[in-house]
Amino acid sequence: MSLPSVHTPLGEKLAINLTVNGESQSVEVDPRRSLADVIREEIGLTGTHLGCEHGVCGACTILLDGEPSRACLMLAVQADGTEITTIEGLANPDGTLHPIQQGMYDAMSFQCAFCSPGFLMSTVALLRDNPTPTEAEIREELSGNLCRCTGYQSIIDGVETAVKLLGSATTEGGK
Amino acid sequence: MKNPPFHYHRPATLDEALALLAELGDEAKILAGGQSLLPVMALRLGRPEHVIDIGTIDSLKTINTDDGLTIGAMVRHAQAEKSPEVAANAPMVAAALPHVGHRAIRNRGTVVGSIAHADSAAEMPAVCLATDATMTIASTGGTREVAAADFFQGFFTTVIEPNEILTQVQFPAWSPTAGGTVVEISRRHGDYAMCGLAAMVDAPNGVIEKAALSFFAVASTAIRIPEAEAALVGQAPSQESFAEAARIVGETLEPDGDIHATADYRRHIATVLTRRGLAEAAAQIGVPA
Repeated sequence: MSLPSVHTPLGEKLAINLTVNGESQSVEVDPRRSLADVIREEIGLTGTHLGCEHGVCGACTILLDGEPSRACLMLAVQADGTEITTIEGLANPDGTLHPIQQGMYDAMSFQCAFCSPGFLMSTVALLRDNPTPTEAEIREELSGNLCRCTGYQSIIDGVETAVKLLGSATTEGGK
Repeated sequence: MKNPPFHYHRPATLDEALALLAELGDEAKILAGGQSLLPVMALRLGRPEHVIDIGTIDSLKTINTDDGLTIGAMVRHAQAEKSPEVAANAPMVAAALPHVGHRAIRNRGTVVGSIAHADSAAEMPAVCLATDATMTIASTGGTREVAAADFFQGFFTTVIEPNEILTQVQFPAWSPTAGGTVVEISRRHGDYAMCGLAAMVDAPNGVIEKAALSFFAVASTAIRIPEAEAALVGQAPSQESFAEAARIVGETLEPDGDIHATADYRRHIATVLTRRGLAEAAAQIGVPA
């Protein structure tokens, strides 16, 4: 990605272009603002949650060009020209849940659910790259997301349920 | 915890970035992956007037194998982790990467950024020290090369001057008779270690010719224990020779205690990791120990 040089003095805003959940967005942002704040406050998608705001809790995890990234540990201006998927981009527009959302719902992976958007986005990338992970691999890949309610076991169960749902969806698609 | 305000610069080329630094000096910080700088700014541990974002400079995004393995300043951990060149030419770098942060952190953070940040508990500086890596540091006046042994000066402190950028790290060609690994103990996988070790043994014909024991999270920088390395040279890789090296490590290291681990506990796990790391390294070259 080659972008022209930019110099934005203190207090001025910079115009950036993002594709968020398939929709292109042009926003003017103060360079100090995090991508998470811009997603929430400028684009109005408040499903990306902010827990610690310094990269520890994982609640703000989004997909940046397909890869899980902490939206609180990025300036929005660093995301100029990228494609972003947030939790709002998972379910079908008709309201049908994404199989990973359904799997976690079925396994009661959510309690207060503050951390859930981050877990879901991390899981999307995990199951895309490794459709049948072992339990150890699930725990390793989700180790950057904190949950203070569930004790994690129900989340692991939810991912395993999602693996089955995704597997049967693939089989049906192949018929 | 919102970032403080700053002047934002996004140069398109390295020359442009260096010219900016020449003008701004210590008022500016380089932003690469941001996984260390942005928390530092959010927590107000640092408050640069100017941020120079090198994230779109394509010339810094390359991994090449012309001479050992060279990693540019904008190569993210994830890119290095997936690279067959890194696995083949710098196995200790490959061994360190899964320990660095978590998946989302590795997708943004850079290998060279971790080295420039110089956290004494981070893996990558210890690997640089263990492998005698060379840093290339650039300014408008030209470039200089600095050996890892001279590069790290203390907690979060390196020889990089305010007008300079660490543009790449070069790891020397890996010996085919060497094994190397990174082992650590942390509360949770992906957290900073309470103690960690980058260990290498090179044993052509079954005798150790060269060894490296580079510890992290036990001092103000990563440190090697030359006394223990010297005791390994000339020995066969074995449980006995590794135990002797571990004994020397335990006698030599003087770690500090903190809320994460006491000094005694750190020293103890350093000896355990010495045996474990050397055994893993030896196993890679077919020596069961």
